[in-house]
Amino acid sequence: MLLIPCPFCGPRAQIEFAYGGQSDIVRPKTPDAASDQEWAEYLFFRDNPKGSHRERWCHRDGCGLWFNLLRDTVTHRIARSSPVDEPRGGNA
Amino acid sequence: MKQRFSFGALVRGAAGGHRHWQPQWRTPAMKRRYQVIVVGAGGHGLATAYYLAKNHGITDVAVIEKGWLGGGNTGRNTMVVRSNYLFPESTAIYDLALRLYEDLSRDLNYNIMLSQRGIVTLAHSRAELDGMARWATALQVNGIDSEIVDRDGVRRLVPTLKVADDARYPVVGGFLQRRGGIARHDAVAWGYARGADSYGVDIIQNCEVRDLIVRAGRIAGVETAQGVVEADSVALTVAGHSSVLAAKAGFRLPVTSYALQAFVSEPIKPILNTVVLSPVTGFYVSQSDKGELVMGGALDLYNSYAQRGNFPAIEGVLSSAVEMFPFMSRLKLMRHWGGIVDVVPDSSPIIGKSPVQGLYLNCGWGTGGFKAIPAGGFTLAHSIAHDTPHPIAAPFALDRFATGALIDEAGASGIAH
Repeated sequence: MLLIPCPFCGPRAQIEFAYGGQSDIVRPKTPDAASDQEWAEYLFFRDNPKGSHRERWCHRDGCGLWFNLLRDTVTHRIARSSPVDEPRGGNA
Repeated sequence: MKQRFSFGALVRGAAGGHRHWQPQWRTPAMKRRYQVIVVGAGGHGLATAYYLAKNHGITDVAVIEKGWLGGGNTGRNTMVVRSNYLFPESTAIYDLALRLYEDLSRDLNYNIMLSQRGIVTLAHSRAELDGMARWATALQVNGIDSEIVDRDGVRRLVPTLKVADDARYPVVGGFLQRRGGIARHDAVAWGYARGADSYGVDIIQNCEVRDLIVRAGRIAGVETAQGVVEADSVALTVAGHSSVLAAKAGFRLPVTSYALQAFVSEPIKPILNTVVLSPVTGFYVSQSDKGELVMGGALDLYNSYAQRGNFPAIEGVLSSAVEMFPFMSRLKLMRHWGGIVDVVPDSSPIIGKSPVQGLYLNCGWGTGGFKAIPAGGFTLAHSIAHDTPHPIAAPFALDRFATGALIDEAGASGIAH
């Protein structure tokens, strides 16, 4: 069981959370000009690193808020959690 | 030529105290150059090498494996084979796999212990049974055997299953693919390894591929723990690690790696002679020839390369197990383990060309790679030999994510993988 530190509620058991995949996915800025490949990248292609992964979780059965987590995908060690609106520069 | 397995060979062996059996494959030294390098000696990699040699006459092939052959997901799955997918493209490739499995023991002269005991998919509500009627009919239209069974039919097939209305998961019926069943997973890897080796394919174990060498958009070789090896073509058959190797070649894949767990109970006397799958709970179970109940369920739903699972998924699977099969509450689990599966948004595989010329992909099978091993190898070998996709694998090209021609099996294949 992962012990996930919600930035608002503190450390809670994994079963209280829902996983939301990779953080900071940016929708094409000019949708009309984006190519099919750019849309595919946005919709389907994801970082899938073996190691440190910046990802989004929701404290579904708690405060209900989304937040970012920096977690290692091999050891499951959690380096940092932060509110979802914190800019990336302060997080990674 | 290899020793052939036969009744005569067994009798001769018995007369000589079984001292004449030879190793089933060589442990060759790695050459500095091959025509084709296959990365990963799991089922798909070994099958690719075997069909390259057998169907296309390409024998200058190395299969390079970081651990031991068949030690990844090929040795960690729950052995189920079936071809009851919804869409015509899927049924074509999964049924090719099942037809090849049906003849594989003879083809390889190696007993893969295929047991077509049938797989029954349970419906727990009328709406679900209606959906299955559509599903089973679609299968029949695509030429795959399938039939709808009512509650009494399910009860006759699986007498130990709790089907009554007062059950937590009452069963109203289900659908059955009689050609589905189980095959011995290790034997599939060993048989393909032996077959490929007999054509002169080099299987290099305990040698990690650390980097892919790309020159001017074309693959040139791989860098391994034992030095650089050049090749005209390279195939990646590394399942959960596909993204890692793709990144080394400079491109991304629409793949997410998750841990999937499986469980075996202590061995008991024969009690279950079909495979049972419940899409609602995600739980599925069969009984191995040794008597163990082999069980699986849902993914641990967050990115993972850990090859081990987590307790919430274990609790989910086992609580479903004891609700549906009350007798299981008294069984002990012998082992449980996890494998890393490569899940794609439309839950269909990616077979064929990559953005790098001469580099071929076989990934994205998610939780269902074992059942597809013969077809994955068969079609990938064709893609490599002709540099054009096999007609059955053509719909599963990587460019479908840009063209939008997805084959969305996520809701159709029994388990969301």
